Formats: sequence, structure tokens, C-alpha cells
Amino acid sequence: MLKVEGVDKSFGEFMAVNSADLAVGKGELVAVIGPNGAGKTTLFNLISGQLKPDRGKVTFMDEDITNLPPYQICKKGIARSFQIVNIFPRLTVFRNVQVAVISQQRKSNTLFHPAQSMAVEETERILESLGLIDKAWNTAGSLSHGDQRVLEIAIALGNDPKLLVLDEPTAGMSPEETGATMDLIKGLADKRGLTILFCEHDMDVVFSIAQSIMVMHQGRTLIQGKPEDVRRNEEVVQAYLGGE
Amino acid sequence: MIREIPNLKSFGPIAAIFIVLLILPPIIPRFYTYLLASILVTGLLAMSLNMVLGHGMIFQFHHGVFYGVGAYAVALIVTKTSLPAWVGFAAGPIMAAVVGLLIGWFCVRLSRLYFGMLQISLGSLLYVIVFRWYDFTGGDDGIYGIPMPSIISSSKSSYYFILIIVTISLTLLYLILKSPFGATLEAIRDNPQRCEAVGVNVRRHQLGAIVVATFFAGIAGVLFVVLENFVHPDLLFWVLSLEIFIMCLLGGWFTFAGPMLGAAIMVALRTFVGIYTEYWTLILGVILILLIFFLPEGVMGYFLEKVSPQSTKARERTNE
Repeated sequence: MLKVEGVDKSFGEFMAVNSADLAVGKGELVAVIGPNGAGKTTLFNLISGQLKPDRGKVTFMDEDITNLPPYQICKKGIARSFQIVNIFPRLTVFRNVQVAVISQQRKSNTLFHPAQSMAVEETERILESLGLIDKAWNTAGSLSHGDQRVLEIAIALGNDPKLLVLDEPTAGMSPEETGATMDLIKGLADKRGLTILFCEHDMDVVFSIAQSIMVMHQGRTLIQGKPEDVRRNEEVVQAYLGGE
Repeated sequence: MIREIPNLKSFGPIAAIFIVLLILPPIIPRFYTYLLASILVTGLLAMSLNMVLGHGMIFQFHHGVFYGVGAYAVALIVTKTSLPAWVGFAAGPIMAAVVGLLIGWFCVRLSRLYFGMLQISLGSLLYVIVFRWYDFTGGDDGIYGIPMPSIISSSKSSYYFILIIVTISLTLLYLILKSPFGATLEAIRDNPQRCEAVGVNVRRHQLGAIVVATFFAGIAGVLFVVLENFVHPDLLFWVLSLEIFIMCLLGGWFTFAGPMLGAAIMVALRTFVGIYTEYWTLILGVILILLIFFLPEGVMGYFLEKVSPQSTKARERTNE
């Protein structure tokens, strides 16, 4: 479904991503792991168009999306959340998600129809499934950090994506919140049949839910494979999992 | 399950204000009728600016240019052609929107402050053209004694004309801000990067907002001519743009009606303090300093906060 081939990105002298490869099949739950600074976030930004790669190719559903701007990539069916909380702080929780749904329905330019009566059911359904419905009328900026992270995912779902890209969805969460969020993500993958690409620091979590794992180290792809293959790979063990 | 509560609460005061404005002219001195009309016109201009400023965080530093373009379009059509004045009235906002589209097309490529700087440059260019082109625009003499259709030429009838047009314009502005277009614009204000990631073409959307805002600035320009019967290059000068910018901040740029209040305060200050001293801007300066320290959300923002402590929440919910 998504294919990243030999993608490079450098910032000045620094090679943040160095010929990275990644494949995501339909319906899969794929994790990218790697130490801090391995280039995971840069890779995600290259996929969703926030950054343009220096070299290499990104294809989605057999279509080259390498140099498209973010809003067009989103229209193709890739929605993402961000590592740093990235919401609309002055708007209500409801409006945060609704803006995405309205954009998905291509009605962002409608001028003379009250927004409050549009896309209400879809928005409510998303908020309900993520447990945010009780806070729908709070200002997004006033939510707790954990709730803001969940809202991140809710906004991404508002685009009704085929592929959901989650950049460290549990960053800064307590262990309990992390568990709950991971269950949520697993539930999304199972129930909606969503394809999900995510990165995450907690190895136990990754190895328990991911069907395929890609390991990054210093911008390079070390390996992509099933959890048990990755666990056995010597290079990975040395580079990352702390080989004794 | 969830439905937003329709905004009935604020409908009462608005209707009351409208009725007061409707019955005032026969019972107050003529000068005050003029003053009210002046506030309405300036207020419409400030509110058109605030559509992009407060609701879109687009630093439209030279919004006065579009006011001037609207006014000059009417003035030129009435004095230089034999077309009826109403054609000029329609041409004003359209010309303003066209110029808004042209200038905006260059400016939206830049963000925030750089946007503002480029707009001041391009706007000043237009100012210089109007200022210098004596044959066509009358240069720094301006154009005086522009005849208006007899139905709106008396001070009372022009007041009512202005009141009606401003009311219609503000209703339209309100509807636009509450539409998906306005909601998306506010989302861009809060977080352009995220907005692009949910599939919005941010630059095009901002350009659309600029065209709408400049259209309404053009309407304000037309009403200026209806009120004053003259045009002058000062309408396009950057000082005026700064003044309406201050009106938005003064009144409360995250509220809908705030800029109108800001315009009322500024026009009243200029008129009443201006009688005693030509340095009325000194008083304005002091007020602005106090504002920054004590009412960072503006007068209207402060007022709404007092009415309901959880103002931001309530404001969204009641659609203020």
C-alpha cells in the first residue's frame, strides 16, 4: 500500500535519513523503531509531505506522491498525528475534529451554510469512539496532555484515512495512559480495518502489537520484518536493543 | 446527541442596538447623526480587517488601501463617466476585491510579518500612484463635491442607507465566519501546519479570505463617499491602516463585534478630544499602553470574560 524506496534527506551536512526503505501492506500495523535521532520523525514528515526528500521515491496505492504538498497527500488518504502536540488550541474539541471532517468532505470553502450543523454525526462518532465526547465543548488547549494526544489521533481520523501515520502517539504519557492509547490503536486497526504506521519507544508495546517492524539507525534502515525476525537480528541487537 | 445551542442570547441586545440606531437620528443633533454614520463606516472597515486579522491571523498591515480603492472607484465613475452612481457603488467593492486578489496573491507566499511588510510596500505603491496621478485621480487635491443620487443625498437618508448596508454586510460577515470557510480559517489561525495536514490548501484559503475581507473594505469605501462626498489619497495612506489595526486590538480581535467597538472609541476620541488638542493621539497612546497591560483581549474580550468566566468555551458554544 505504501512504499518508501531509497529516500534521503539531509539538513546541511547532517544526513537525517539515509536511503531508508519501508513497506506497509494493506491492513497491517507497522512500527518504526530506533534510538533518538534515528530519523523516524523525519521519515514520517517525508511520507506525509511536510518535507521533500532529496532523493528516493514514495508511492501510495501505486501512485507517486513524492513531491506532493501535504494537503494533497492527505486527500489521497494518508492522515497523520504529530509527535509534538499539534492541535487547534483556541477551538473546541468538537471543532478540531470537525474541521478535518469538513475538509474530507471537500466543503472547506462553503460560504453560507452554518458550520455547526455540518458533519455533526461523523464528528460525534469519532469523538465517541475515542472517549472524548464528554469534553467535546472544552477548548482544546485546556485538555490534559494525555487527552490532547488522543485528540491528535481523533483529528487524523476525521480525514477518514486509508493509512494512519502516528508519530509517537504516546510521547509524554504515563504508563497507564500509554497502555490505554495502545489498546485504542489496536482497536482501530481491528475494528475499522485501518492500516497504521507508527513509531514508539516502549519496546514491549511495539513487539506485542506490531505485525511488522522497521528498525532505523542513524538514518538507515537496518531491517524490516516480523517481530520475531527483528528480535533475532544481530545488527539490531547490537545497535539498539542493547546487545550484551 | 450534541447540538450547538443557537445564539438567541445575543440576538436581543443586537436587535435593541439596531432599533436605537434606527430611531435616534430625528431626535439627536445632526452632528451626532454624522458621527454615528462615521462610526458605522469605520467599524465596518475594521471588522472587514478583523476577518483576516483576528479570525485568520493574517497580518493585513495595509488594509486601508482597499478602502481607498473602493472609495476612488465610486468617485471616478461618478465624476469621470456618465454612468449612474449605483454602477460605482457596485464597482467599489469589486475593484477592492480585485486589487485584494492581486496584492494578496503575492503576499500569501510569505508568512506573518513578512506578509505585512510586503503588503505595506505594495499598498504604498498604489498610494503613490493615486497621490501623483493628477490628471486621473486629482492627486493630493483629491476629488471633492462628488454628487450622490438624490435619494441618499440628505444627511438623514445617507445615514439610513449606511445603516442598512452596514447591517447587511455585518450579517454576511457573520454568516461567513460561522460557515465551514470561517471555521477552517480559524483552524489555520490556530495551526497552519496541522491544517495543511488535514487536507486544506492553506495558501489558497488565506487568499480567499483576503478577497472576502477586501470586498467588504470596498463596501466601507463606498459608504465613506456616500457620507463625505469626497475622496483623498489619505484613504490609502498607511497611517489609516494602522488606525484600523489598532481598532481591532482595542475592541478585541478574537471577538466578532469588538472592532466595531474599537472604531467607536477611536472615532469618539478623535472627535471629542480633538476639539481640545490636536495631540489626541497622545491620549490614544496612553489608552493603548493601559490596554496592553490590563485588557490584552481588548475591551469586548474583557467584557465577554466578565459576562461568562469561561468565555472562550461559552463563546464557541453560543457561536458568539
